Amino acid sequence: MRNTELIDFLQSKLASSVTNISTPREKRVFAETTVDNLVAVATSLKEWGLYYLGTITGLDSGDKFEIIYHFYDDYGLIFNLKVFTPRDNPKVPTVTTVFPGVFLYERELMDLLGIDVEGTPPNRRYPLPDDWPAGQYPLRKDWKGLPSVEEVSK
Amino acid sequence: MSQIKIPIGPQHPALHEPESFNLILEGETIVDAEVKLGYNHRGIEKACESRNYIQDIYLIERVCGICSHSHSTCFVQAVEEIAGVEVPLRANYIRTIIGELERIHSHLLWLGVAGHEVGFETLFMYSWRDREIIMDILALISGNRVNYAINTIGGVRRDITSEEVAQILANLQTLTERTEFYLKLVNDEPTFMGRLFGVGKLSKDMAISMGAVGPMARGSGVSRDIRQDDPYGVYSQIGFKIVTDDHADVLGRVIVRVNELLESYRMLRVLAENLPEGPIAVKVPRKIPAGEAIARYEAPRGEDIHYVRSNGTEMPERVKVRAPTLANLASIREMLRGGYLADFPIVVAALDPCFSCTDRAIRLVDGKNDHVIDWRQLREYSIGWHKQRGVELSKIGC
Repeated sequence: MRNTELIDFLQSKLASSVTNISTPREKRVFAETTVDNLVAVATSLKEWGLYYLGTITGLDSGDKFEIIYHFYDDYGLIFNLKVFTPRDNPKVPTVTTVFPGVFLYERELMDLLGIDVEGTPPNRRYPLPDDWPAGQYPLRKDWKGLPSVEEVSK
Repeated sequence: MSQIKIPIGPQHPALHEPESFNLILEGETIVDAEVKLGYNHRGIEKACESRNYIQDIYLIERVCGICSHSHSTCFVQAVEEIAGVEVPLRANYIRTIIGELERIHSHLLWLGVAGHEVGFETLFMYSWRDREIIMDILALISGNRVNYAINTIGGVRRDITSEEVAQILANLQTLTERTEFYLKLVNDEPTFMGRLFGVGKLSKDMAISMGAVGPMARGSGVSRDIRQDDPYGVYSQIGFKIVTDDHADVLGRVIVRVNELLESYRMLRVLAENLPEGPIAVKVPRKIPAGEAIARYEAPRGEDIHYVRSNGTEMPERVKVRAPTLANLASIREMLRGGYLADFPIVVAALDPCFSCTDRAIRLVDGKNDHVIDWRQLREYSIGWHKQRGVELSKIGC
């Protein structure tokens, strides 16, 4: 029931920015938006009643990165909103302006996938150690481990 | 007044896991706190991508040493949803029984730690003694005290016999009586209440905006529990009550956890008495069809989220784990600000933080010999050590 209410809202109010809506089962809705519309859509979703941003998943799908924002409400509904950003210049705006508690999830995107999250509050790096070499992003599919000492000194 | 910055951690006496804090003090009052995490990052999400689904269950189970069943259940639920597998009812009952036993084990452990952090060592001794009853039941059912390895894709790996059910029911009475005593204690004992009242305040609004989960959120009056909001297993059939408290401080979190213990005993009784007959697993092909799913689980510490994407092979494309402590850490600054330095250990402990845990071997370095001994050898060594000094441990029930 909440599914259809959310889909009605998305189709009536956010039809221009949210596309590819699907609902595989009760309490689960998936959709897509663009990087430019992300913050505006997140703001409207919060006003509608999706008060929480549970976590943010980053995926490497070849020539682009996929970032999934998992929003949910008080009644068990999860709305998974996907955005895509090109691999050669991965960039998304911060959503901490709308959901202040999510800064650590944005740090994960930065550290593990090398996605630039613009405007996220300054902080220490997380979760990789301080002396982790620059340009090494473990969750990228082409990452096979840190280069050996021989490779570095070549 | 001038400010002093005190670094605490990553190895420090209050917590049993590595995490680093920088506390900024004015006199004795904390004005700000910085948290530094990541000491336990082991790359499990990446490792999952190069192992098959069955191997991943055991890997995911090792995300945490206490809520291991929570993580593995959450993961298999997501995989089962992608594969379109219907889990047999008996398997779901067994999963739920282990899940509630795990919650009791975790909450009793936490209650002891809370007692310890506020100097109430008797409570620590009592609740850890009670926790052993649960550990013994878990070992009886699964063969392990932690990391029960009960889940598989499509069901569970071990059945529960009627003798084991009888054993669970027999012990529940003792646990209920003792926990009712703890409930009386946290509601009546003036020193304990005085120590915790108003410490580590987190208002309801702040808990919502910072995305707090589990007993942290419920201790601030936020009625959120995945078992009710997005039911899995057999929770929608057995009925249960969400426990909340409006104190919005450490005392509220204690009251919530002790009441949840009683609620778990009640649920276990219903589960054990109504355990249906039938198969415990269905066969699932090793290759999982392409798809994606997100599963949620109410772990003892709060909501656990697993997102799994499959690509039609034996190995997942991506596994994302969000453990409850990460969600709760966003609120830690709010809770520490304005409090006293002396409250720091209990405020952090009240999160029931879990940065991953459990060592099963200990390394002893004595200069000449550098060898590893296991717990059994360590126990024997300890008994022998005491015997040499005239203490016969077997006479006092060890």
